[in-house]
Amino acid sequence: MKKNWPLWEVFVRSKNGLEHRHFGSLHAADAEMALENARDVYTRRNEGVSIWVAESKNITASNPLNNGELFEPAQDKVYRHPTFYDLPDDIKHM
Amino acid sequence: MSEEQIKNLEIQFNARIERDEKIEPKDWMPEKYRKTHIRQMSQHAHSEIVGMLPEGNWISRAPSLRRKVALLAKVQDEAGHGLYLYSATETLGISREEMYEQLHTGKAKYSSIFNYPTLTWADMGAIGWLVDGAAIINQVPLCNTSYGPYARAMIRVCKEESFHQRQGFEIMMKLANGTSEQKDLAQDALNRWWWPSLMMLGPKDEESVHTEQSMKWKLKRKSNDDLRQQFIDQTVPQADLIGLTIPDPELKWNKERGSYDFGPINWDEFWQVVKGHGPCNKERMKARVGAWKEGEWVRDAAIAYAEKQANKNFNKAV
Repeated sequence: MKKNWPLWEVFVRSKNGLEHRHFGSLHAADAEMALENARDVYTRRNEGVSIWVAESKNITASNPLNNGELFEPAQDKVYRHPTFYDLPDDIKHM
Repeated sequence: MSEEQIKNLEIQFNARIERDEKIEPKDWMPEKYRKTHIRQMSQHAHSEIVGMLPEGNWISRAPSLRRKVALLAKVQDEAGHGLYLYSATETLGISREEMYEQLHTGKAKYSSIFNYPTLTWADMGAIGWLVDGAAIINQVPLCNTSYGPYARAMIRVCKEESFHQRQGFEIMMKLANGTSEQKDLAQDALNRWWWPSLMMLGPKDEESVHTEQSMKWKLKRKSNDDLRQQFIDQTVPQADLIGLTIPDPELKWNKERGSYDFGPINWDEFWQVVKGHGPCNKERMKARVGAWKEGEWVRDAAIAYAEKQANKNFNKAV
């Protein structure tokens, strides 16, 4: 069977101090080519100072159908937020 | 899933779009939503890729280094736009190879404007000014479309597109202010590209089959006729500014409407070109399919090299 270039996900750091952010994806034969292609496809106008590429098949993603059991438990844990606690109005520096 | 369950999911889905929520790749979506998006987005990607061909014709013949680097950068952007859009479309579950296959066999369409020839340097000006101008009008509303990956790709595309239009207009302006021969070139290019640019915004509203559904999904925010009117209203003063004449004897400012009235569009020509009988349909496909075939050994060699390197590293590790 004919082999096609695999898909890679591209993450770019726009400038130092910021995190890498997902920019899109592309096809490339290997990691080095993926980096070079990412440079040409996603940073033609100085959009980045650092690029990560990861083969898409290596990324495990959560399924939105399971969002309920995955994320809803956080909703009833209001005590994780500072506004949950009753404090006198005139308290300072807290 | 039962029909009723699907119906419920669809109601929730439509409500999400109504609330301006974005749909992301792994979310449930109606099959029709997926198919329509694959069709429109791949068509959009194909247009960017085929759109490089008419301009590629002039890169080696640009009149100065300044013009050459600008045109080269513009064509490179178009390749980039095609790639953003292809990968966004892949998130809907179609492979890149399948999309290429559809383009190469004529199953998928691309914008019919690229089936017109680029006869003179002035055509580079007219394409940037008019074709990219019309494209911007089409694309800006898509930055807000409901499918997340498409909207994100469009934001990037729109940011880059305004350079394209400005470089085109500058070419036209220079020619229009040049010798009488240069001015004739500019006018001739405007004459040839004006009507196809108006057609590019799509068939008349009453003949546009996808409009209603597309509006609901925010794949379309304004009707074709509204977009066309907007394009005419903003372009006519630009032509006036550089002393060129829009090739439409019926073009007239309508004070009441606050818009230009314009003459009839030759829709027979439009449908002929869409159906494959434009001046360059065959040439474009030949160039595109040829490039794909001639590149095959390069793609294969790259895979073979990658595998060899991976094996080498594996052996080292063992």
